[in-house]
Formats: sequence, structure tokens, C-alpha cells
Amino acid sequence: MSNPLADMEKPDVIFCIGTNMTECHPVAATRLKRALAAGARMIVADPRRIRLAEIADLYLPIRVGSDVALLLAMAHVIEREGLVDQDFVAERTEGFAAFRDHVRAFTPEWAAAICGVPAADIEQAAIWYASAERGAIYYTLGITEHICGVDNVQSLSNLVLMTGHIGREGTGINPMRGQNNIQGAGDCGALPNNYPGFQPVDDPRNQEKFSKLWGREISAERGPTKVTALAGAGDRFRAFLIAGENTVVSDPDRAHCEHALRSLDHLVVIDIFPTETAMLADVVLPATSWAETDGVCTNTERRVQRLRAAVPPIGMAKPDWWIIAQLAKRLGFAGFDWTGPDQVFNELCSVSPIYAGLDWDRIDRGEYQWPVPSRDHPGTPILHEGSFPRGRGLFKQVTLRDPAEVVDADYPVWLTTGRRLESYHTRTQTGRAAGIDYLLPEEVLEVHPDDVAAWRLVDGEKARMSSPRGSVTIRIKATRRSPRGTVFCSFSFDDTPVNLLTGSGYDPITQTAELKVCPVRIEAI
Amino acid sequence: MSTTEGPTIELDGEVVAYEPGETLYQIATRARREVPTLCYDPRLEAFGGCRLCVVEVEGIRNPVASCTTQATPGMKVRSSTPALEGHRRTILELVASENRQIEVDPLSGHSSGEFAALARRYELRPGRFAGRKSGASRHDDDNPFILRDYDQCISCYRCVRVCAEREGDYAISVVNRGFATQISTEFGGLLKDSACTFCGQCVQTCPTGALADRKALRAVDLPEPIAKTRSVCTYCGVGCSVDIVTKGERVVGVQPAMDGPANLGALCIKGQFAFDFVQHDDRLKTPLVRRDGELVPASWDEALDRAAAGFRAVVDQHGPEALYAIASGRAPHEASYALQKLMRAGWGLNHIDNCSRA
Ligand code: SF4
Ligand code: SF4
Ligand code: FES
Repeated sequence: MSNPLADMEKPDVIFCIGTNMTECHPVAATRLKRALAAGARMIVADPRRIRLAEIADLYLPIRVGSDVALLLAMAHVIEREGLVDQDFVAERTEGFAAFRDHVRAFTPEWAAAICGVPAADIEQAAIWYASAERGAIYYTLGITEHICGVDNVQSLSNLVLMTGHIGREGTGINPMRGQNNIQGAGDCGALPNNYPGFQPVDDPRNQEKFSKLWGREISAERGPTKVTALAGAGDRFRAFLIAGENTVVSDPDRAHCEHALRSLDHLVVIDIFPTETAMLADVVLPATSWAETDGVCTNTERRVQRLRAAVPPIGMAKPDWWIIAQLAKRLGFAGFDWTGPDQVFNELCSVSPIYAGLDWDRIDRGEYQWPVPSRDHPGTPILHEGSFPRGRGLFKQVTLRDPAEVVDADYPVWLTTGRRLESYHTRTQTGRAAGIDYLLPEEVLEVHPDDVAAWRLVDGEKARMSSPRGSVTIRIKATRRSPRGTVFCSFSFDDTPVNLLTGSGYDPITQTAELKVCPVRIEAI
Repeated sequence: MSTTEGPTIELDGEVVAYEPGETLYQIATRARREVPTLCYDPRLEAFGGCRLCVVEVEGIRNPVASCTTQATPGMKVRSSTPALEGHRRTILELVASENRQIEVDPLSGHSSGEFAALARRYELRPGRFAGRKSGASRHDDDNPFILRDYDQCISCYRCVRVCAEREGDYAISVVNRGFATQISTEFGGLLKDSACTFCGQCVQTCPTGALADRKALRAVDLPEPIAKTRSVCTYCGVGCSVDIVTKGERVVGVQPAMDGPANLGALCIKGQFAFDFVQHDDRLKTPLVRRDGELVPASWDEALDRAAAGFRAVVDQHGPEALYAIASGRAPHEASYALQKLMRAGWGLNHIDNCSRA
């Protein structure tokens, strides 16, 4: 997030797109509700009539995968109505003239036909957001889990740059991170293109720095992404080390994924439960879990916080860092002689400029948000106050692309997937928490009541849902949360392996899977 | 004469400075006066319902509720007098008389001991007003998270206010008045059929244990003392601060950290109630290695040797380019840092990613 969570109570116009925040980030959503109670206006764009849509001042029920069209048309309106922040554009951005010419073609009427929402509502949204004193954008995987995920984010950036809603309290462009330490995994350099602290691997200065630090030549070539690696498993890639992610259930195209992992020569999994993925491994190494582990995590607002062990580890479980260090030593590698998590974290701080001012003791109370470039620096709650990382903010000329697969006669319904309030990811944890079944005993497919009737389904009965990659049976739930022609379910339940169906495509730049759009067919059984 | 620049009041004869807008309660608390409260939660709008926090203000005939009264310059305030203390004791005794039980197990919730602590402080004589019990308990609400024992309710409305003001959910409200006052969902039904999201905020603010943490109370009979460890929720990226509640070596519950920078005391159902996976029997307790097609338990030495040997064999045959590592978005920094260092410092490769592309 460019701005802190506390800022969510401060905008006068809130624009939420592709985020089911009341279910996926409930405590953050309470801040938005308080902003509304204090008089803020909220615009919500989402294919489903989620709770956030119900409390919005303006709800745009856009068709799945049509975000770019909506955002282009909003840019068009902002330009046409003379609502561009000219000073901001002149001082802080570049490429505006070309962008302005580019968006002139994309009228609200054009977008209305694609998104399925009235042109007047698109105009209203654009005018509210642009005329705000403090406008803030919030988004989640509904924006990124598309083949055009990068286009979606760049379209949002364009709106921010036109209006100057950035670098100030109560504004910004704010992705909400899904997993507790997904931000941290990136911070620590678990990325094919970056060393710790987002230092690019293909910058020769970084290559030299780390090769010297770690006493061996390190490739200056970006590594393959996970998606590429899984696609080449058993062929170009022969051995995997997977730490704590249930790839088989969470990733798209499950059948393919399971096959890929089976075809490896060697698979080592570190996890806390015998997950579907662990069961395919040659060696499974038991890690300590939350409440058993001392460590550090970074939240969605870049706040670096301490995790503390409250109980001893179960059985023979060991912390991940210990397991990896032991493995490294057995492979004859130097530099893995840590005796505690504090040493690991302090080493990270010493190699990462964004953590340079931090150490294990300084983060004790969680008051720092990175970057913290030096010991006398107070941290950076608000990013981009004076400038952007590249200097000036660049307008990008985004164009609309269709999803990888679109509905047709064989697969006439849009399936979109996500999370639910009560369950988390692949349920390895919430599925084992007493009482959760009381609220969420099994997965259901949310279908508009008119569609239930039209497709001759029965509310509460099971039906078969198929895509070109497979089919699952799932219980039907009639609800007006789903628009006509679009259905929703989560990917959390192993006995309803929805990711057998998904996986039609990937964003060409980030290789994020298009989990949000998948054409399907639904039949009564 | 005051030496400070800003406005002051006289509190028990002492000159105390304050910020405009502050209430007498806030000033008194800062000045280390122990003004008792029941309906007060610093995160909520002051309500002025219980009148326990009353103070005397010169020139005003009756005592005023300090939690709702803003200071004005030069006010002369007394926070504790025999009359005030007598008044406070009477209120507490009245309230206590309607409850079945004063002392409740601290597993009930974060604030559940507030009423009992006041009862001890004022040495209440139990039974003085003993009479009818107010409030009808909802033993029919069989949800596994929130116990609703309204026999213990003192009508402070903190639960209703936290649900409305902090959560924006309005799942519960107050019906009737006086002795028949009742906290209820919209149609008097079960929480699961209301707008309730089971965030547990009502439980954590309730000062009597009328609303209580049913999951934590499963551990009521464990003999060990309760301990709390400050940590961060393990679920989403909001990063709410929590206190992990333990008895001995058992995790028995989670309570929100009221001063958590990301959450200010709030939690959701996952952070509040989905903690018991940690000590679930399905946890991996030993390393496993595949032998004759089956995964079987092994020692750390054997498992690590097998893991290392497998990587070495692949490197010998296909080169290190055939290796790949995937880090977790759930594990702490130390895990991801160690894993990327293994790939880079060990094999010189950037063959690492995390699960954010899922
Ligand atoms: S249930 Fe608890 S918090 Fe709610 S009004 Fe009664 S005593 Fe107060
Ligand atoms: S308590 Fe809920 S909102 Fe807070 S971090 Fe945990 S899952 Fe996220
Ligand atoms: S605390 Fe002031 S009236 Fe209850």
C-alpha cells in the first residue's frame, strides 16, 4: 500500500475495485466503514454484489475481466471534464500528452457496452474520484489475477497520476496483500528478479555486491517464475524445494500441477501439515507453526512486526530457517551458521537498503514502515511524497484485451473465484479450527436465482461445473450476490477442487494466473 | 498561578493542564486518578450510561459523568470524595444484585474481569440487593464462538456500540428499557442468522463475561495459569496484533491487542477464533522420507541427508539449473531469506519465487 491502514479513515472519496474487503481483509474494511460514517463517499466496482457494494454510494457491477475498459473511460471523463490536476501532472509526471490523446477514443458509452454498467454511472464515478480532496484507491486480487493484471494496475496508476491523489494523507493506490507475509517474502528476495530489498538481480552493481558478500558468482540473469518452473517440471527442472504452500490445491489447473510435481526426480516439501503437495514429496520436513515460531513479518502497509513463540514446537518440528540452514550445510555451503532467528533477520537488514535502519530489537513494537534507510529514519508510512522511485510518474497507454478464454456456446457462464470470510486459502489451517464448519461446512456455488431457474438447477442441490480442463460437482446456492451469467465459489475446499477448472492463462509480465475469470458450463445431475 | 501555556483545571486541588476537547475522565486518568468505569471503552464514543465515573464539579449541584464531560478552563473538580465513593458503591451493588456471579474466568474475554475487579475494590457486600436476575440468556444460540449469558449483563451497551461504531455491522441492538432491557439481534434470533460476522469484538469489550469466548472457555479446567504472548495474526496481510493466550504448553485462545498498530483492538473471525490448527493432531511431527513408495517417519539426520543427496544427484546429472525453490507467503522473513540465500549463495541462481502468483 502506498498509504498506511490508518489513512483508510481519511479519504473523502474511496474507490474500491476488485476487492472483497469485508471478507478478505475484514479489519481493514472496518476502517472504510468508519470513513463512510464520517461522511466519505464510496465507489465500488465488482462483478458481484458483495457487502462492500451494498454499502457503497455508487456500485458499478462490471462484467468480469472488463476493468481496463472501465478505467480507460474514467480517464476519458476526467480529461474531458477538465478535472486533471495540471500542477501535479506538470511537476511529477511524464507522458501525459500522449495519454490524453489515447484516452479520447474511450468514451463512457464505449465502456458501458463492454462492462455492462450505465455510462452515466461511469461518468459519476470519474467525477467523484477526480474532484475529491483526498481520493484513495483500494484493490486486491480481483485486479491482479487476470491475464491483464499489469494493465489493470497501470490503468489505476494513470487515474492516480491524472488526479494527484498520491503522496498525501488519505490518498494513494493501495493493494491489500492476501497472505500474512506475502509482502515479506518479496522483501526478503524470494523473487526471481530481485535480491532482498527489491534490488534487481540484473543490475551489475547488485550482482557484484551479493557475489562478494556471499563468496561466489551469482547469475545476473532473472530466474524463471514459478509458473515457468512448474510448466518445465520433469523436463528442464528436476528438483523442487517447496516451503509451506499447498501448490496442488492453490494453483490453477490442478491436474497439470500434480502431474508436474510427480514427474520431478526429487521433491522436498517443508510444511506444518501433510498437505496434498507434501504427500507427493520424497522428503517432508516438519516446520514450526505460528505460535511456535519467533520471527518477523511485514503487513500490507509495509509495517515490520514481530511474531513471537508462545508454546514449544509440536513433536520434532523445527523453524524453517533452521531446516534450510541444515540443508545448506549438508550441501557444503558457507554462511548458514545462524543460531537464532534474530541473526537471520539482522543479516537481512544488513543487505537490504529498505531495512538498513532496522534490527531485531528495533522492531519490537512494530512502529516502523519501510523504507527505513538509516538508524535515525522514522520510517515511511506514506510513499511517493516528493517523487516516485523512477523520478516522474509515467502514464502508460493501456488497451483492452479479452480474457484468455471468453464465454461461448460450450462454456457460456463466467466463473470467478475468491476467498470467503470464514476460510483461508486451502483451509489447511481454518479447516482444522473447531467451529468453522458451523458457519461454512462446504463449498457452494453462488448463482443468480434467475439463472438457477433458467439452467434448470435446484437451489441446495449439487450440480456439475465444467471447463475445458475438468469438472467438479458443487452445491448450488441461489443468491443475488451473483449477477446473471456469472457464478462464484472459493478455492478453499479440497473436496471441491475448483482449481481443476481454472488456469486458462497468465499475465505475460507477472505470470499471475487468471484465477478470476474462467468460462464454465453448469448442468444439473 | 499556573506556569503552563494552555488551559488548566484544578483536580483535587492540583493544577492540571489539558488539551481542548479532553474529557474530565481523560484528564483524571492521565493524572493517575483511578476513576472507576463500566460503560467506558476508550475506542468508543463516550456513552455516560453507568454513572460510575461521576466526579464533583464546583458550581454544579449533582455529580457529573466524567467520561462525557469536557473540561472548561478553570473548572474545579474532585475525583474522589466520601460521597462519590458511597455513590459508586451503591451503583455497583445495584448492578451486582442483578447478576448471578461476579467473578468470571479470565478466559471469557479481554475485559471480562473489569466488573469483578471493581467489586473487589469496593468490597461489595453480596446479597444486599439480591433479587431478580435481569436478562434472558440465549442458551439456544449454539454457535461455537460466542457465549451469550445475559444473566450476567449489566446493560453497559459496550457490545452494541462496538458492533456499530467500530465494526459497522449493527448486528445487535438494545430492546426494551429498564429491567426488561435486552441485547438482541434484529429479529431476536441466532447470531448466525444476523449480520454478525463473529469478529468477537463484543466478547472482548464485555466487562462481565456475559458475552464470552466459548472456544477459550473449553480450557477452563486446565490447571496451569493463563499467560499471554504478543504476536501478529497468521492469516491475512492486515497484520493485526494479538495476544496468544496459553495455559502451560497449550494455546487456548487469542485476544486482540488493544494497542496493535494495524488493528487498534479489532480482529476478525479468523484471527479471533481459528487458532487451534496449531496443536491439531494432524500436524507433521517428524520428518518423513519416501521408502518403497511410502512416506515413513525418519530422524532429522536421515531426512536432511536424503534431501541433500537428492539435490546433489540432480545437480550432478543436470546441473544446478535443474533446481527450483518456492517460498511461502505464510512463513516469517527468516524462512524466505534463508531459502533465497540457499539458491543464490549455494548454487548461484535466481531460481526462486514465492506463491504470490497463485
Ligand atoms: S452483554 Fe456485556 S457488553 Fe453487552 S451490554 Fe451486557 S454487559 Fe455490556
Ligand atoms: S484478524 Fe482478520 S483482518 Fe486481522 S490479520 Fe487476522 S485475518 Fe486479517
Ligand atoms: S464510564 Fe462514564 S458513565 Fe459509564
